[in-house]
Amino acid sequence: MESLIELREVSFGYAEEKVIDGVNLIIRPSDFIGMIGPNGGGKSTIIKIIMGLLVPWSGTITFPPDINIGYLPQYQEFDSRFPISVEEVVLSGLLKKGRIAARVKRPDREKAARVLNLVGMQAYARRSIGELSGGQMQRVFIGRALISDPDLLILDEPVTYVDNRFEQELYQLLEAINRSTAILLVSHDVGQIVSSVRTIACVNRHLHYHPSNKITEEILASYNCPIDLITHGHVPHRVLPTHPQ
Amino acid sequence: MITGFLSYGFIQNALLASLMGSITAGVIGTYIVARRMVFITGGITHASFGGLGLGYFIGINPLIGAAVFGLLSGLGVEYLSKYHKIREDSVIAMIWSFGMAIGIIFIYLTPGYAPNLMSYLFGNILSVSSGDLWTMAGLMLVVLVLFVPFFRLIQYITFDEDFARTSRIPVTLFKYLLIGLVSLTAVLYIRIAGIILVLSLLTIPQNSALLFSNNLRKIIFLSIIFGFTGSVSGLIFSYTLNIPSGASIIFSLIILYLLASIIRTLSVSRRKNLADRH
Repeated sequence: MESLIELREVSFGYAEEKVIDGVNLIIRPSDFIGMIGPNGGGKSTIIKIIMGLLVPWSGTITFPPDINIGYLPQYQEFDSRFPISVEEVVLSGLLKKGRIAARVKRPDREKAARVLNLVGMQAYARRSIGELSGGQMQRVFIGRALISDPDLLILDEPVTYVDNRFEQELYQLLEAINRSTAILLVSHDVGQIVSSVRTIACVNRHLHYHPSNKITEEILASYNCPIDLITHGHVPHRVLPTHPQ
Repeated sequence: MITGFLSYGFIQNALLASLMGSITAGVIGTYIVARRMVFITGGITHASFGGLGLGYFIGINPLIGAAVFGLLSGLGVEYLSKYHKIREDSVIAMIWSFGMAIGIIFIYLTPGYAPNLMSYLFGNILSVSSGDLWTMAGLMLVVLVLFVPFFRLIQYITFDEDFARTSRIPVTLFKYLLIGLVSLTAVLYIRIAGIILVLSLLTIPQNSALLFSNNLRKIIFLSIIFGFTGSVSGLIFSYTLNIPSGASIIFSLIILYLLASIIRTLSVSRRKNLADRH
């Protein structure tokens, strides 16, 4: 199957220190990859390289020139008092090179309404983004990532700030989206995502690709990617089978 | 009285300057206020004073010196702001005071005619020449040519720069173009409006507009209306009370802002009362 994005031997660091080293990753059109790893392990760095926000020290990244990626950044670095409505924020997801002077047309607004409906924010379309709670803002930004019907959807820590119920809705939504879109889902909390994703990429300076979602702490340890597999739900429980002793 | 007021050529020029100034400042000022660049703009405006002094000293058109200084400081601050190690506000304060200092030094060193410094602080909109009007018209045209087709793009870049970058859009190019326009606007208006009035026209009408809308397009239109109303009523006060025009325009803009705040507060509490009753 043809690949959407290919990273080959990609390395990057800040100042003198390497953050990621020799990373290889192929994303294919029907993938649903969960990217996990400890904080500071380089997950967001890899995402930023894919999104063109960082230029790797070495290695190559290839993708078709017309690829359409929907992106939810990890931290929302914006001025919450900026005068912009929820609908406009979602519409900004349609911004693309080559149509930068384009006007918003009726189908675009209909699309925005549909996407806001998907993330449960249709009642807030005319509100200022700054009036929303953290969880509501996150839904709007997920909507912004979805509106362009992307070939690949990259979500960096999507369930930060959102409540449990929306988290469950989001995973169902992603499973539906995955029928037509590749998804790369980043989380430091593996328990949340492991049941939804198909494959797992463990990132801790290096990237280890695990071609299924059956993973154990032992495998993670062998990847040098120590992560607690216990979820933080109502009752702490182990989501994955342990190996027989 | 009003017909007498309007019959003067210099008043007509001042009104035309107010209109074009309000339009240009309405657009550029909304960008400045939304991106929280008021302090940078203050820095640019004051730094250009250094170029003004240099222009007098070496005997070229002072406005050209001011434009060069203004552009260099604007582009410089934008360039430096890429590096997070730099304390941007401190750099601006240094550029701000340094520009004023060299301006004063050069004007002091210039033999013979010493320009009235007050006229650069508060300007004199009543002395606008037809050449000034053409310059203002040119700047207004450039601003509109950039903002009308690229309005949405500018809005999105300003709101979330990193996200705009991920759409592979020439974000940096636009940021430099915009800071260049901000600098030029600030500098070209110094002669007409003065350093202080430039800052007022670029911020007070916009903040009045922000009380009523979260839509950038509407904020621009409202800013133009507030700016023009303030300028015209300021001119009338200046004419009837025989006080300096720059100061009276600023005064009017602030009064308008206070009125707008009161109206806004009243309408919010009225809506709340209605909601409580239902």
